[in-house]
Amino acid sequence: MAFFFAQFLTGLANAAALFLVASGLSLIFGVTRIVNFAHGSFYMLGAFIGVTLMEILPGHVGFWGSILLTGLAVGLIGALVEMVVLRPIYRAPELFQLVATFGVILVIQDLALMVWGAEDRLGPRAPGLRGIWRIFGEPVLKYDIVLIAITPVILFALWYLISRTRLGVLVRAATQDREMVGALGVNQAWLFTGVFALGSALAGLGGALQLPKGGADLLMDFNIIGAVFVVVVIGGMGSLPGAFIASVIISVLNVFGVTYLPQSTLVLMFVVMAVVLIIRPYGLLGREEVAGEHGQVGAPETPIRPYPPAGQIAVAAFLGLLALLPLFADQFVLILMIDMVVFALFAASLHFILGSGGMVSFGHAAFFGGGAYAAALLVFHFDTPMELAFLFAPLAAGILALAIGWFCIRLTGVYFAMLTLAFSQLVWSLAYQWRDVTRGDDGLVNIWPAEWLSGTVPYYYFTLILGVGGIIFLRHVIHAPFGYALRAGRDSPRQAEATGIDVKRVQFGAFALAGAMAGLAGGIFVFSKGSVFPTELEIAASFDALIVVFLGGVKTLAGGVVGAGFMTLVEDWLTRLEYWRLLLGLVIIAVVIIAPEGIVGSFRTLWARIRHKEDAA
Amino acid sequence: MTEILRVEHLKKSYDGFLAVNGVSFSVQQGELKALIGPNGAGKSTCFNMLMGQLKPTEGEVFLDGENVTGKRPRDIWRRGVGRTFQITGTYQSMTVIENVQMALMSHNHRLFSVWPRAWKLYREEAFEFLETVSMADQADRPCSILAYGDLKRLELAIALCHRPRLLLMDEPTAGMAPSARIELMQLTADIVRDQGVSVLFTEHDMDVVFAHAHHIMVLNRGELIADGDAEAVRNNPQVQEVYLGGGTLFKEAADA
Amino acid sequence: MTLTRRFVLGTTAALALAPAAALAQDGPIKIGEINHYKRMAAFAEPYKAGIELALGEINGEGGVLGRELEFVFRDDQGDPAEAVKIAEELMTREGTVMLTGTILSHVGLALSSFAAEKGYLYLAAEPLADSLVWKSGNPNTFRLRASTWVQAAMLAEKAAETDAVKYATIAPNYAYGQDAVEAFKENLKRLKPEVEFVAEQWPALFNIDAGAEVQAIERAKPDAIYNVTFGTDLAKFVRDGGDRGLFDGRDVYGLLTGEPEYLDPLGADAPEGWYVTGYPWYGFEEGTPAAEFVNAYMESTGESPKIGSLVGYLTAQSIAAAIEEAGSTETEALIGAFEGLTIEDTPIGELHYRELDNQSNMGAYVGTIAVEDGQGVMVDWEYKEPSPYMPSDEEITEMRPAE
Repeated sequence: MAFFFAQFLTGLANAAALFLVASGLSLIFGVTRIVNFAHGSFYMLGAFIGVTLMEILPGHVGFWGSILLTGLAVGLIGALVEMVVLRPIYRAPELFQLVATFGVILVIQDLALMVWGAEDRLGPRAPGLRGIWRIFGEPVLKYDIVLIAITPVILFALWYLISRTRLGVLVRAATQDREMVGALGVNQAWLFTGVFALGSALAGLGGALQLPKGGADLLMDFNIIGAVFVVVVIGGMGSLPGAFIASVIISVLNVFGVTYLPQSTLVLMFVVMAVVLIIRPYGLLGREEVAGEHGQVGAPETPIRPYPPAGQIAVAAFLGLLALLPLFADQFVLILMIDMVVFALFAASLHFILGSGGMVSFGHAAFFGGGAYAAALLVFHFDTPMELAFLFAPLAAGILALAIGWFCIRLTGVYFAMLTLAFSQLVWSLAYQWRDVTRGDDGLVNIWPAEWLSGTVPYYYFTLILGVGGIIFLRHVIHAPFGYALRAGRDSPRQAEATGIDVKRVQFGAFALAGAMAGLAGGIFVFSKGSVFPTELEIAASFDALIVVFLGGVKTLAGGVVGAGFMTLVEDWLTRLEYWRLLLGLVIIAVVIIAPEGIVGSFRTLWARIRHKEDAA
Repeated sequence: MTEILRVEHLKKSYDGFLAVNGVSFSVQQGELKALIGPNGAGKSTCFNMLMGQLKPTEGEVFLDGENVTGKRPRDIWRRGVGRTFQITGTYQSMTVIENVQMALMSHNHRLFSVWPRAWKLYREEAFEFLETVSMADQADRPCSILAYGDLKRLELAIALCHRPRLLLMDEPTAGMAPSARIELMQLTADIVRDQGVSVLFTEHDMDVVFAHAHHIMVLNRGELIADGDAEAVRNNPQVQEVYLGGGTLFKEAADA
Repeated sequence: MTLTRRFVLGTTAALALAPAAALAQDGPIKIGEINHYKRMAAFAEPYKAGIELALGEINGEGGVLGRELEFVFRDDQGDPAEAVKIAEELMTREGTVMLTGTILSHVGLALSSFAAEKGYLYLAAEPLADSLVWKSGNPNTFRLRASTWVQAAMLAEKAAETDAVKYATIAPNYAYGQDAVEAFKENLKRLKPEVEFVAEQWPALFNIDAGAEVQAIERAKPDAIYNVTFGTDLAKFVRDGGDRGLFDGRDVYGLLTGEPEYLDPLGADAPEGWYVTGYPWYGFEEGTPAAEFVNAYMESTGESPKIGSLVGYLTAQSIAAAIEEAGSTETEALIGAFEGLTIEDTPIGELHYRELDNQSNMGAYVGTIAVEDGQGVMVDWEYKEPSPYMPSDEEITEMRPAE
């Protein structure tokens, strides 16, 4: 019993930092509707700034003073980020801002490396709080007790701020209804900046507070962000008490998981999130998202059209050029093109459900990697001929999408996104932990194409036919009744249902088709690289696709493909440089600010404007 | 006359508040029937329960004698009910004619076909529907730039695609110029007459209501206080009480 | 100063070679080096510095085959697919003659498979996975460092000498951690069949919940603990476990724990008394090759060496020696040269690549951690050759796919 209690206390102490970071994220989301992926970076900055300050300032006052100063400093950095990066793009399409926050992550990573160096920093001890107290005979860290005591204080302070102050009234009003705040005569821009700064400060505090239990390192941003999103989603996006309850639940469950199910450490929280979302689609204390609230911000999409003859000729000429490429390009160009086509098909498959269906998936890599693994497993374990194994890539991915879609499709918006994320994490952990079958992160190697495809040129044509064929097929489907039905369900689910369209079923079908096409991309991928690893199933892989779709332009048909091409080239070029992450981050942020409709969308607008001027002239 | 729609003791409560309280009525084939009442009387809630967007707390809805209570909108649609909305719900990313084509694709069970080009399907037919509502000249404009009144007419065209036997129209003329209102209601009356369609509509404009409706129902605070022809409703003291000063309106309508 | 001298030396060397213009005009011999420079900066940077130190010396003495030796460093973001793409570019466009690099085992495995398929040569410098030269071994892949199996066996040998019977293990939840636990268990059980493993903890890599892990191990009441965590996980585990008294009266064996990459950040928190593998650069006797390397490294970089520095240095030395031996830069000749290659006078003495499995004979330093001047160091250490800890030749031949 005493042991249980001690474990419980450990869980509560772990909840402290998690709650601080999660409450900040929840607050930011609740008011600004920004899914801030850079939140982990503020946590990391908090740790590094905290360590630096604590080295300078001595004693009790120094230690606690450093933590407060850290919160202040990170809050200022957050305000700066909000003003420079996010403020210009609030009117961009839904979730577009998360691309910008992804750029911020990259920038902060390299800046932190420049400033603090590569080596991990061990956090200093809290003065006077080294060692343990015994509670019922069990050792409990003194600092853990302090953390357990601090958390409710912070919760109370936040509660007071939100429910008892004018700022709080505005924040609540903004959470309920954004237009209202504008109507109240409040400068919305400064409210957003203030909330973003407060949220960042909380993350920074979290980073500094955990120092005596750990330290500062360059991987902590990515390491915490998953858990933080899980907490915010379980609690209900925008709900502070929800975030608190969820961080306690997750932390305590983790502690018991470690003891009684030690292998569960990778997936436990994602399992919990999936279960909660299936039972309560809006989290424990979240409220249902009002339809249209997250809908199409900004200009409505223009009706789709097949390319005019000139456009068709241009596309045909481009494809002809690709077909002739092996005649004059060197081998590496072909390799790069294979990568590009694979990525473009992957992105196009995500774009299909995201653009036409309005379904933002955070877990699309499950199907890309799933397809790759399906083919690789057949080759690896049964020596299946490549041609046959390859067919299983889209097939297995499609079936996987049916299974995952069955659970996810009933949710919408950010919750849909998070449930897809949870399932993709489950698939990832399966590949990662079921070593007898998947060899874990040693991956499946020696998955090479059949003899007749083994050269770079034959495989290039193979990729070109299937990859470009897949992209054209998806495009075709968008112009077909099925694609129209998908868009109808996105534009007005109410009207669609009232005219006999089973919106969920159409979305389900689209999800499966997108999964199968991602699997096709995965199949081409695995035989071009000769190996597959769980990295292909990681969250980062899903986000790569998501980011290029947004960069290319959600409300365009070519956005995914163009974004993928752009990103492959930029990345290939930038990674040769020393501080490529900084540069890549800046490129992303620049594109986001300059071209809020995405690359294709902005070119189209520009073109329309030029045409318009000509007409006028 | 055969009865198409029958509603018995329909109730809807939100957290104890009764938005609709035990409403019963029926609609006959070929009837043009209005449901009127002040704001917040429960008209849209009623419509949403008939079409399946909302589940009634109590009571039943019969279509051709079949109990359809709690069925989903698309099941009700399948049984021949079309509807237009108070706040229009058209497909913003499509052209006007594509909106109609979409409804025709649904009508013809082509939703899951992935090969034909959608804008080539049923174009002629869709054009005819647009002509019916005088929208043919705007066929290829993006839906997102239409005037509100035009959206209403477009919705009517969409609703007609499935050859409904019953049309539920929620404020069909809201946002239209007076002349356009008359035009639209005349059109609706023609459809009722020519195709034997029944129409149940809500409306704020009493001119429209009294000029065209065969029968009028009045809803107040969730309860039906009158159900009869124009004359009976106009003379109903309870109705006159609800529409304070509305008497003039009624008289004007009667004069018209 | 050193830079100037090297520059002068280099220039002189270039001038001296001027008559052999026919050779020199081919330009340098390029080696493709792929690593996770950003994702694992703390490990990759000292490694790169080690390579650069060796390159300076090699080129200062006239390069190889009369040409300058040059490494082309590329960042793969820790992504195997990216690494394969870069490898392709390096070999087909950049004109590199062979590939080396990577720290993470899975990237190494991807490159190894790629090299075999395309007929390139790959020297895996740092990856520790046993399968690289055994179960997934191929003729095109060579490996420098002592593998997980060997290092775990060294610790197991020491553990078998004690009275401890009940063991707990803690390892990051991924292939390396699992292999390391498996290797330790197998070796220890062979040496001492009565041992029992009472707890196996698997924290997520770089996401340890130290308090919970410590409590779980304490609950199992083991006699001894085998630790495979490293980096930030190690720091948290050591700190929490130390505070709660987990290590009091228990033997602890730490794989890689003594490597400066992991030991240095712990500072005075370094866990005293742990028996570990590592790199005691501070303890070499003056005048030995090992000490000379340390001095040269510190002189050129101004920093103390990590084990990565040593591996980088040996990587460049190995490649230079293989090219000299082959007398050409053709892949076939290079592979032939690597098989059975012997290099005298390296910091670890004679370095040799076995023909049997393409594994080098680089061993490991084992010793006990002590804290001196607020910094963890290895004391009573010794350098152990890997061969006594390897499976038998027959077993290895059995494991390697038919060549």
